[in-house]
Amino acid sequence: MAVHRMRFRITQEGLLRAGTALIALGIPAVLAGMVWELYRASGLARAAFGWRFLLGREWDPVAGEFGALPFVFGTAVSSALAVLIAAPLGVLTGIYLAELAPPRWRRTLSFTVELLAAVPSVVYGLWGMYVFAPWLRRWVQAPLAETLGFIPLFRGPAYGIGMLTGGLILAIMILPTIAAISREVIAAVPVSQREALLALGATPWEVITRVVLPFGRSGIAGGIVLGLGRALGETMAVTMVIGNAPRISASLFSPASTMASVIANEFAEATTEIYVSALMEIGLLLLGVSLLVNILARLLVRRLGVNTR
Amino acid sequence: MTGISRSQLVPRAAADDLNLRWRLARDRWLLRLPALATATVLVPLFSVLYYVVIKGFSALDWNLVTRLPGAITQPGGGMANGIVGSLIVTGLAVAAAVPVGVIAGVYLAEYGRGSLGDAIRFAAEVLAGVPSIAIGLFVYNLVVVKMGRFSALAGATALAIIMLPVVARTTEEMLRMVPASVREAGLALGIPPWKVTMRIVLPAARTGILTGAMLGVARIAGETAPLLFTALNNNFWSVALDQPIATLPVQIFTFALTPYRHAQMKAWAGAAILISLILVLNILARLVLGRERGTPQ
Repeated sequence: MAVHRMRFRITQEGLLRAGTALIALGIPAVLAGMVWELYRASGLARAAFGWRFLLGREWDPVAGEFGALPFVFGTAVSSALAVLIAAPLGVLTGIYLAELAPPRWRRTLSFTVELLAAVPSVVYGLWGMYVFAPWLRRWVQAPLAETLGFIPLFRGPAYGIGMLTGGLILAIMILPTIAAISREVIAAVPVSQREALLALGATPWEVITRVVLPFGRSGIAGGIVLGLGRALGETMAVTMVIGNAPRISASLFSPASTMASVIANEFAEATTEIYVSALMEIGLLLLGVSLLVNILARLLVRRLGVNTR
Repeated sequence: MTGISRSQLVPRAAADDLNLRWRLARDRWLLRLPALATATVLVPLFSVLYYVVIKGFSALDWNLVTRLPGAITQPGGGMANGIVGSLIVTGLAVAAAVPVGVIAGVYLAEYGRGSLGDAIRFAAEVLAGVPSIAIGLFVYNLVVVKMGRFSALAGATALAIIMLPVVARTTEEMLRMVPASVREAGLALGIPPWKVTMRIVLPAARTGILTGAMLGVARIAGETAPLLFTALNNNFWSVALDQPIATLPVQIFTFALTPYRHAQMKAWAGAAILISLILVLNILARLVLGRERGTPQ
């Protein structure tokens, strides 16, 4: 009897373990299935254009000409712009939240900063179209064009809508990611490290730049890369403010288009099989790049055991 | 660094040291940068909230929540089908993602200490970072192509995939926070481990898991990109799961892009509804988590 019951328990234990494992394996399966499905669905375009697809500058669905370079360019420039702006601001915000803010405000402030991440992309897009872009055109683009218009970056008519606006919206959207991870990384720096430098006569700012930031650099870098990952794949807000023109222009004021935005804009109206397949290939490319960036970010952050959410 | 004032740092005799005086003066300016940055970061948030409240609530009326959109060129009409559609699609996604996510979380927390657990955990983190538009393309191939049409079901599948890693990771985290003594008490009574997990540990963590589900809902309620070519949109009343369905975020998107002011105002009103829902979910989750997790530093 006792032996029988013992055996019974072990099988149930095994059952729970195997059953939950099977379900949990669904997560990597979805990831693998996604890569496979996009690979399969882009077969037509891959066969037709090969590697030329990546370097083609022409995107003319009517003529059956599909080159992804304008979108790769748009994604690269808008994301780079976003990271350039959001990284310093986000890290400084992380420093403030972890080190300098009055202790009783810290939780509320951190929560408020994180709320930036809760606002849906489409709402940022709406705000971007009707509030941010007109403001930017009047107070930033016009003065820039007047004073620095001789630089190609700021040349051309300022519509408000364009690459600069897209990059800035992205910066706003990835700021909470960078700030939250920086805050956690900085808060995890041991007090003994700070005290050691204080004891040597360092000022508070010197403690931050010489101990806290170097100590947390891999985690902070991870947060920035994670922000980059978000920027690469962000769709709605960018689609609504970037102007959607498959164009490679040196000017930041010029309308542009990203990999994500061209899919959002054109997929539902893609009429030919090759058109759908070309958009699938752009999706595959986007997925591949963001997988790589995310894996890198997790590896950087993981070592510290910081919760990335 | 708070609590260390200048006077504590500077011995009186050293105050005459020119180098130290310069460094402290520099400190005074540089230490303002982080506060300035934080203020800058908060400006867009408050601007978004301000305009959503001002424009959104002024356009929010009874018609908006009870009427169909009607012809886009005509004023009047509402977003009733989008609101109901969002409830249906999000509800279906929750019904799929919560059980699956909780079970996956149980595996990760109870048995996931080996390399398989690490791999699954890693996959969940990476899946959480996959662009939602790519998930939309995946579900298009998986469901829309196979069914032969856009549908509420396809939209819900896309949202469920987005929600899944959120629920799995929170469940794991919450299960790990259940004190070992609770588990040991069960085991000491001779209850088999699997039963302790299912009947004692899981119920003990239910508030936390519920919170995770709430955060998951907040995350998917505003998702637009994965719905564009899965649920598509519908100008008419439809609650059929195998038909294209209107959703609030997609309606906000299409209304925002029209040249008609009355439609744009509807987009703002929709944004107000969406933001209110998401803020409430986030604040509720925060209150619950704050109580359970204790104060973060």
